[in-house]
Amino acid sequence: MSDSHSIDLHKHVRAYILVFVSLMFLTLVTVAVSYLHLPVRQAIVVALLIATVKGSLVACYFMHLISEKKLILWVLLLTVVFFIVLLLVPAFTVADRVGS
Amino acid sequence: MREDGQLSDIEIPYTVAARPDTGLNNGKIGIWLFLASEVMLFGALFATYILLRVGAPEWPHGREFLNIPLATTNTIVLISSSVTMVMAWASLKRDNFAKFRLYMGLTVLCGLIFLGIKYVEYSHKFEHGLYPRTNTFLAIYFTMTGLHMLHVMGGMAVNAYFWGPGAALWKTDKEHFTNRVENSGLFWHFVDLVWIFLFPVLYLL
Repeated sequence: MSDSHSIDLHKHVRAYILVFVSLMFLTLVTVAVSYLHLPVRQAIVVALLIATVKGSLVACYFMHLISEKKLILWVLLLTVVFFIVLLLVPAFTVADRVGS
Repeated sequence: MREDGQLSDIEIPYTVAARPDTGLNNGKIGIWLFLASEVMLFGALFATYILLRVGAPEWPHGREFLNIPLATTNTIVLISSSVTMVMAWASLKRDNFAKFRLYMGLTVLCGLIFLGIKYVEYSHKFEHGLYPRTNTFLAIYFTMTGLHMLHVMGGMAVNAYFWGPGAALWKTDKEHFTNRVENSGLFWHFVDLVWIFLFPVLYLL
């Protein structure tokens, strides 16, 4: 193994530890916020925002998406588009009652 | 293929080298396509959750039925297992097989702890007569956490295999084994990622 390779891996491992600490901190924050008894809408926004940040950290660093090939990013972009459409289906069920 | 026609010597291409057209080895592109389909599987359940919640006249807060400290512990356990998983892969990259065994063992152990805590949670519910048929909230709770638990079991089975008998490949083809561990790691991180969303949605909101 070359020196530059091992230095690179050393950097990676440091990033993993940092991400781990951030994930732990954000987990405690999201639990603490739930005890503040915010109004439902605000609570949903805050909880999902924190979950999205945590999820992004896992995907970018643990799953190495930050340095992944473009092909995989394109596949995932397509997945995200369909995922959003799927989540919007409930909204359409409400929309079809509008005006009735 | 061998001269006697046996298939055992067929070399499957692109398990280590990148394919010229995709720039990736086959395992990597395969696991990501599988994970994309998994996103849609869980996506359908999240959409169901939204539909049920929006349509319900009232929706209970997770803490009315669920144990937040236990679920928080499980979140910490699963996040820790993601770190040990990625460290197991990094150990192979550093050519340190002993460290890989240690970190992979810890990953499987964390999976076992997660399942143990989930067993305690489920048992409590059943003891108090709380079943999927009890109400809509518990129905979607058991469906989503049950499906997630099956994924934890599947990931653990693969990780345990690579910790044990599957590690024999390390002796003959280090790079191929490292790629396999990377792919099982990608699945394990996905399982962690799903829980990161399940936890607030079911327990905290």
